[in-house]
Amino acid sequence: MVTIENLHKKFNKNIVLSGIDLNINEGGIFAVLGPNGSGKTTLIKSILGMVIPNKGKISVLGTNIKHNSAYRSKIDYLPQIANFPNNLKVRELIKMIKDLRGKTDEDVRLIKLFNLEPFLNKKLGNLSGGTKQKVNIVLTFMFDSPLIILDEPTTGLDPISLIELKKLIQNEKAKGKTLLITSHIMSFVEEVSDEIVFILEGEIYFKGTINDLKTKTDQPDFEHAIASILTINNA
Amino acid sequence: MLKILKYSFYDLMRSRWSYVYFVFYLLLGVVLLFLNNNLSKAVITLMNVIIVLVPLIGTIFGVMYYYNSKEFTELLLAQPLKRSSIFLGQYLGVALSLSMSLILGLGIPFVFYGLFRSNDIWDFSLLLITGTFLTFIFTALAFNIALSNENRIKGFGYAILLWLFLAVIYDGLFLMSLILFEDYPLDKLSLFGTMLNPIDLSRTLILLKLDISALLGYTGAVFKKFFGTNFGLIVSIIMLSVWVVLPVLRIVYKSNRKDF
Repeated sequence: MVTIENLHKKFNKNIVLSGIDLNINEGGIFAVLGPNGSGKTTLIKSILGMVIPNKGKISVLGTNIKHNSAYRSKIDYLPQIANFPNNLKVRELIKMIKDLRGKTDEDVRLIKLFNLEPFLNKKLGNLSGGTKQKVNIVLTFMFDSPLIILDEPTTGLDPISLIELKKLIQNEKAKGKTLLITSHIMSFVEEVSDEIVFILEGEIYFKGTINDLKTKTDQPDFEHAIASILTINNA
Repeated sequence: MLKILKYSFYDLMRSRWSYVYFVFYLLLGVVLLFLNNNLSKAVITLMNVIIVLVPLIGTIFGVMYYYNSKEFTELLLAQPLKRSSIFLGQYLGVALSLSMSLILGLGIPFVFYGLFRSNDIWDFSLLLITGTFLTFIFTALAFNIALSNENRIKGFGYAILLWLFLAVIYDGLFLMSLILFEDYPLDKLSLFGTMLNPIDLSRTLILLKLDISALLGYTGAVFKKFFGTNFGLIVSIIMLSVWVVLPVLRIVYKSNRKDF
């Protein structure tokens, strides 16, 4: 699905990724974990082509993404902080994205699911953080792409919406899609993910299932396993 | 690219500033015609305003639009769109809406005054053409500055400096070099120097078309010989186009290598 070979990226003198090799197979939910500033978002943005790597090769669905933009129609992306143009209305934004990416009717169902009808004619600048995140989720899940990338999807969501989000994620997985998620909420990661990738100081420290991690670190639960990695490495 | 252009254009058309800019030119046109009561005099006064103001507005608007639509741009970057079409679409959206404010704002009062029945229509068209060129040039330069500077304050600072340099400082340096080397024949050099600054180039082009070059003395005669001919006009238009094309190419180059 996604193949990353020897990926290097630095911003000025700050080395963020140093030699990432990663292979993500089709189907299932992958969580990308790591402490703040470990390069999770940079990795995701490199896959999306928003960050241009200094070195290395990335292929998505078998095509090299360098100087390519068409492959992004196969990816649904939920950005970390929903920064939308403030003077647009929710309805206009959804219409615009549909105009740019193609037709879909899923948005009607998703708007109902997250109770967004009262906000459709409001400007995005006037929405609360949680409501913006719901709009963000609608924009991401309304298309039917084989790869879904979610950067901190739980930010600002209330418990009911969180349950709906988890259902959505499981539904997409059941359709055989590949999901790539980053999150700091360990319970959320433990609940949804099939496999985790742990990034530390720009390199992959661990890749495998949560059970593998528990055995490797000799800890009874997931949260402590992660914490032990961080204490061992002084990160 | 056309879709991005459409959205940027509508976005700007809905913003208050496009109307302010349009109404400003409308008022300027009406007032100048009322005061001068003469088309060609109004054109000369207008030239003095346009030559300085259009680059300033183009620069400020370009930088402001880029920084304000940063979020929108990031949203677009994750879509299956080429980077060049995103940025060129936005650039053309800004430049076109500014040009439209200029052309409509000045055109309406002049048309009502009887532009089509006068001989000044060519001078006036030339004024609008150079105004449009200046809009495209300075918006492109502004996008270049904004693309290269993450920091808004710095971006604005450089943009204002660029405008100040081309509109004021360049002329000062130019004049000083003419005084310094006055013992040498300078007509070729001054011709060349004028070509390198789009504001000077536009000013000279209009001045000479308006047949007031007698005021310019000997150098003016050389200029007249050059700019007054069709050859000079074509070369000037080509120079102005180069001033549009080079910054636009750099927008494409820079945007393809930038991290977001």
